[in-house]
Order: sequence, then C-alpha cells, then structure tokens
Amino acid sequence: MVDIRVCKSEDIAERGRRVVQIGAFEVGIFNLRGRFFAYENVCPHFSGPACQGVLAPLFAEGVCEDRTSLGRVFDPGGRMNIVCPWHGYEFDIETGAHPTDNRMRLKPVPVSVRDGDIYLSVPDRRI
Amino acid sequence: MDAKGPDIRELPPITNATDTRDYLGAAAKQALMHDDYEIIVDMDAHLQEKGFWPEVMSYLENDVLRYTADNMMNVAATPLINTQPGLTFQALSGRIPHQHGQGAEPLDATSGVHRFAQIVQRCIDTLGVDYQIIFPTNMLHLGMNPMEGVEVYLARAYCRWLTERVLPEDPRILGLIYLPLNSVEECYRLVNQYAHNPQMVGFTICSVRNTPIHDNSYMKLFAMIEETGKPLVFHAGPHWDDPSFSQLNRFISMHALSFVHYNLIHMTNWIINALPERFPKMKVVWVESGLAWVPFLMQRLDHEVMMRQSEAPGLKKLPSDYMRDMYYSSQPLERSDMVLTKATFERMHAETQLMYASDWPHWDFDTPSTISTLPFLSDQGKRNILGLNAAKVFNIPLKRMRPRARDVLANRTPFAPGDTHAVSRSSPEFVKAGVKAGVTV
Ligand code: FES
Repeated sequence: MVDIRVCKSEDIAERGRRVVQIGAFEVGIFNLRGRFFAYENVCPHFSGPACQGVLAPLFAEGVCEDRTSLGRVFDPGGRMNIVCPWHGYEFDIETGAHPTDNRMRLKPVPVSVRDGDIYLSVPDRRI
Repeated sequence: MDAKGPDIRELPPITNATDTRDYLGAAAKQALMHDDYEIIVDMDAHLQEKGFWPEVMSYLENDVLRYTADNMMNVAATPLINTQPGLTFQALSGRIPHQHGQGAEPLDATSGVHRFAQIVQRCIDTLGVDYQIIFPTNMLHLGMNPMEGVEVYLARAYCRWLTERVLPEDPRILGLIYLPLNSVEECYRLVNQYAHNPQMVGFTICSVRNTPIHDNSYMKLFAMIEETGKPLVFHAGPHWDDPSFSQLNRFISMHALSFVHYNLIHMTNWIINALPERFPKMKVVWVESGLAWVPFLMQRLDHEVMMRQSEAPGLKKLPSDYMRDMYYSSQPLERSDMVLTKATFERMHAETQLMYASDWPHWDFDTPSTISTLPFLSDQGKRNILGLNAAKVFNIPLKRMRPRARDVLANRTPFAPGDTHAVSRSSPEFVKAGVKAGVTV
C-alpha cells in the first residue's frame, strides 16, 4: 500500500465529496459531519460509477407509536446516502452499506487526515 | 508512478449533462468480456421524445393537431401525449440523471449528424453493441389517449420522423413500425408504407391499452404482418390510472406490477384464442416485462387448460409450449435469486428464445454484462442471447458493426491493464464475483 496525498481537507465541504482517479484506481472521498470516508468508485451492483452520483438524504418510513404512518420522512439522524447514478442503489456514506441489504456495500478505501491534508492508502499495484 | 507520484485526475459528478460515453464508461470496460462475440444486438432502447418533439410534430399530417401542438409547446414538453408530468417519478427524485435522456449533453453541432443519432451512436459504441432497436417512451401510453385519432396521427409522424431523419444517419440504428391499434385501417397503411424498409425491422404494439388483441378486426392485420416475415413486438409500459393500480400508493408498486400486467393479458388472450395456431409463422416478441412472469403464466395457464379444455379448444398443445415458441427481451432481468433465474431460463428455453435489451436511457437499464456474467449459461447461450437470436428474429445481417472495446476505451478514458473493471470473463476474479454475488463483475 502507498499513501497518496489527494487534497486539503478544507477542499471537501461538509456533505461534499471529491472523486479522483489515481492510475487505474477510482476513489470517492466524502465529508460527513467533519469525518472523511472513502470508497472505490465501483458499484457492487453492476460496476457503475457509484461515487459520482447524487448525495441524498436517507428516507425513512415515519411510523407512529400507534403504528399509523406519516408516510416517508427524512431520516431523523441526518444520515446521507451516495446514490449510484446507473440504477439508484443507495449506500450509507458512513458505512458504505445499502440501507435494505447491508451485504451489498461499497468497498472502503483507508483514508486519513494529516496536517490538514487528506491521504488515501492505495494498493501500489493499482496505480 | 514516477518519482513525483501518480497523476491524480478529478472525476466530476454525473449529471444530465454528462457525455453518454463517460456515463457508460464502465460498460465499455465490461464490453471487453464479450468483445469477440459475433454480433450484439440491443433490441430495446428508447427515444426520449421531449428533446425532439417539435421535430416530430412538424410531421403531423393534421393541420388542427399541428396548430394545437405548436401552441401547447410552451406549457407542455410533449403536447398531445397522455402522460402526467406531475407523476414523473422514474428518475427517483433526481437520483438517476440519465432517465430522461441526456438533455444537456453537449453534442457536435458541426458534424451534420442528427442529434438523436449522435446520442445513439455514443451509446451503442460504449455499450459495445452492433445494432440498437429504438422504441419511443412517452408514446407507449398512446393506446389510452382519450382523444380519438391522436394515436393515428402520432404513429404516422413518428414513423416518418424516424425513417426520414434518424435511420438514414446510421445503418446500426433500427426502428419498428408503430401500430396504432385504435384504427386498423391505419395499421394496414403503415404496414404497406414501411414494411419494405430494411431498417424498420418489425412492428410494435404498445401493450398499455384495453384492446382485446384477439378481436376479429385484427386478423387481416396479423396475416399481413405474418406475410412480411418481420416480428410483432408487444412493448410493456406503466399505467397508474388503471382502477386496480390506483390502489397502489407508490411508483415502485405500480411500476413493478403494471409493466407485467398488460403483457399478461395480451399473452393470455393470444394463447387461449389459439392465435399461435392461426398464425403459425408469426414471430411474436414480448418486451420489457422482465422474465419472472413467464414461468408464472406458463404454469398457471397449463394448469387451467388441462381442466377447462372446452374453453380453449383451439389449442393443440399446452400454453407453455406456445410460450416457448415465442421470443422475449431480457430487461429488466431479475437476478436477485439465481436459482429462480436459472429455472426461468431453462423453462423458457432462453438460449434460443431470449434476446438482450438495454432499455437505455431508462433507470432500470441493463448492460450486456447482465447476460455475459450469468454463471449458469453456456458460452453459446450467451452469444445467442446477446445477438444471434435477435439477428435471426429481426433478420439482421451477421456482420460486426461495433468498434473494438479496447479502441473505445483508448479513445475515451485512460485505461490500464490492472483496472478492476477490466477482468476477462474467464479470470478467477470474474468467475468468483459472478457466482458469489450473481450480479457483478
Ligand atoms: S451499477 Fe450501481 S446501481 Fe446498478
């Protein structure tokens, strides 16, 4: 593995992202609540460019205590998803997992912040 | 990587302005898997009428309708079409930018090539297909249009626009003659006018309609079609206004059921009324209902026919046997349970009866790799489904028309042999992934 400096941490705004290609390796880096997450830009469904899709709030089914429905609401915890632009599979930014079937998940890439810079750990054979 | 470190390239977000060749770039990498196949035919891709409607309207052979459409254009994107713009949920609230066509995609204004032909060319090169058969999108609802005659005039205008403006641009773009079943006389006229066009490779009935397909008034039309040797293609569609579907409160529910519903009805009428016996040479194709409905209907009709022979006395074999004589498009291929998918393929004789379709640019499109990654299919079966079956059904010449996948990639994106997408179909990585997930490369 080799650490690659990608950009300054301030270059990726809150709820923002940057997708980069390093050699043949494509990675999306996301900032949610001041924490950075990175995933390979390959959708586990059919290899679409998942990280280049829309970032959307997680929807929830609003069910009351008496089990009546409010319909759909934004997730009260403020969770955000990466949406693959090919067919709409959604992946939680913080876990990389599909909200319904968490066996379906984006492949994480180690990411770290050092001295205000963002680094990715990338397998050297891929770049 | 040199001493300075690797080059880092930023990849922009994907929007409806993204070049189709970039949007589908991963498909070009997947195309390496089947690059040696003789022919690949995408038998169902779509025109998004919105961007081209003024042009199509200019072909309307009715002064009043043309005047009406012209004056409605500033408030409605596709005047005269009976879709409900406020219920356009296909793009998942903006999550799937390509759904409505790459409306803002920059095209080459200096090439002289029609804009729609340019979009199709980019798509077929990147998907790695030799031919693409184009269907309309919004026009799929015309069978339910309350205005008498609109379907007839739009069918004429569409066929003229397609044959005069688009098909002459590229022999790889193919079309179908739209049959406005609301007027059988007009269907005769369109068959006579376009059946000889080699790029109009069949006839389509948009299935969303409450029209009994076995009605005697259509028998002369079916005889004419059978005579041409070109197939009759039923294309499914959604319809939320149906009284049963109006109980469904979310688009997903309506979409899942209604795309199957109309083909279930037409297929049932087609078989129970013994149309396969009356038109034994007719090639009949069922499009865009997925495949899960096929074994369901086979078993259901076989079960009933054995008990109620007197109500289907024209049949000389079981409904499932007739269904196995017909043809189907693959998209949207249900792959979440590979055991069921495999059983479906076996029951319907998919290796000879199934044809690959992308449905691009719609949200549930399939790339050719949906077929080439199926773990249970033989190599010959994949070749048949991806192209050879369609070449036979649509009388398409067996000639490679697509560029080499490697050339497509070289022209568009930096490509390295170690790229994760670029696995060959025999590599252990590919086989493992395909078998485990049943879905991916
Ligand atoms: S490839 Fe990502 S949703 Fe299908």
